[in-house]
Amino acid sequence: MSEFLRSYQTVIWFGVVAVLLASLLLGLASLVRPVKPNREKQLAYESGVDPVGDGWVQSQIRYYVFALLFVIFDVEAVFIFPWATQLERYAGFGLVEMGIFVFVLLLGLVYAWRKGVLRWI
Amino acid sequence: MSALLAIDMPYWLQTILRVLGGTVAVLLPAGTIVYVFLFKMMSFMQSRLGPMEAGPYGSLQLFAEVGKWLQKEDLYPDRADKFIFKIAPIVVLTSTFLLVAVVPFGPDAWFTNFEAGVFYALAVSSVSVLGILIAGWASANKYSLLGGLRAAGQLIAYELPMVLAVIGVVIQAGSMNFQEIVMAQNAGEIFGWNGIGNPYILTQMVGFIIFMIAVQAELTQTPFDMPIAESELVSGYMTEYSGFRFLMFFIGEFATAGVFSLIAAALFLGGWGIPFAWFGWDSMDSIDNWMNIVGPLIMFTKMMVLSGIIMWVRFSYPRFREDQLQKFAWKVLIPVSLLNIMATAILKVAF
Repeated sequence: MSEFLRSYQTVIWFGVVAVLLASLLLGLASLVRPVKPNREKQLAYESGVDPVGDGWVQSQIRYYVFALLFVIFDVEAVFIFPWATQLERYAGFGLVEMGIFVFVLLLGLVYAWRKGVLRWI
Repeated sequence: MSALLAIDMPYWLQTILRVLGGTVAVLLPAGTIVYVFLFKMMSFMQSRLGPMEAGPYGSLQLFAEVGKWLQKEDLYPDRADKFIFKIAPIVVLTSTFLLVAVVPFGPDAWFTNFEAGVFYALAVSSVSVLGILIAGWASANKYSLLGGLRAAGQLIAYELPMVLAVIGVVIQAGSMNFQEIVMAQNAGEIFGWNGIGNPYILTQMVGFIIFMIAVQAELTQTPFDMPIAESELVSGYMTEYSGFRFLMFFIGEFATAGVFSLIAAALFLGGWGIPFAWFGWDSMDSIDNWMNIVGPLIMFTKMMVLSGIIMWVRFSYPRFREDQLQKFAWKVLIPVSLLNIMATAILKVAF
């Protein structure tokens, strides 16, 4: 197996060990903890009074535009990383290219800003 | 795969050692941060002594706490989505373990040596958001749902400055591999003088500050703790958790603080290295083997300094308002970090 795949195998082992450790401790806890459920205990907590209505309430997600912007800028970051490692080789050419790229995206941010979606709407 | 401590080991033995080392690297910083900063420093800042009874100066308090939490009943709300409710803390803890896998502790003392290590770290660090979001959703509680939604909004807003701040380091080092970034810092020189190497905190001060602010927000520590605001949302996504599952969220929070500090130390403070000029080292192969022992200690020291700063800020400032938080991320941090990238690139090409 190549070094590369072995690294990923190590990552998988880390994940497995985390789940095993958590399960082990939860198993240990289940041996020593009391189990006395009743209706009062299993009510959802709402400042000590009986919960009103359903727990899954509808609420206005005020930052859905931020989520769209996030996708755009995250993809931008993905493009910048490979460029950043090779900047030594591309020098001035790469600099101008990425300057234009970042400028266009900044324009997008300024547009969103001017349109007022970066406010708490 | 290079040999650890100059002994050739089979792959399975290396893996076992790495997994044990990773467990220590998650739990030891978490325990130390909780005792030194959360119990003691916070108490002293508030003119009290903190835990004093269990062990000398309360140093065994943590074990007492774990023993206490183990005995708590495992409650869940009647209407909760039980399977998701139960796995959410495990997801958070797992993301911490996956994140530590990429931190280098010495020339040979690493867990994984990815070429795109920085990429991997940034990708894995957002897995814990999923754990927090499903915890908030599965609880079937209004506070938890609001807390989970706030956490999602906050974490996507501060993910970006963090990613963009790291790019400055990648430009300077010309690599996404953590080992090469550490090498570049310790073998570097400032205007021809190599007495202290070239830790990127000097040249990437802006990036470092943005990174630490973003880490503070990613960890949902005060002043960015709206998702778990005790006074309005009663701990947000953790409201319904009790007993050991709550403790797992708690461990996850402080272990992630430690791991993020380790990553920041590797990216900005020179990582496990000491300036190579002191001992006349010039490449990875020429480093003496004792660095595998000293390296983790250096990393631990830097981790304590950085997480101390995180906790210091946490205990000193009041909470932001939700709209101020979003405004700060989108209107200040992201434009500044984009400018930082361009400035770094121009200077890199010019010199």
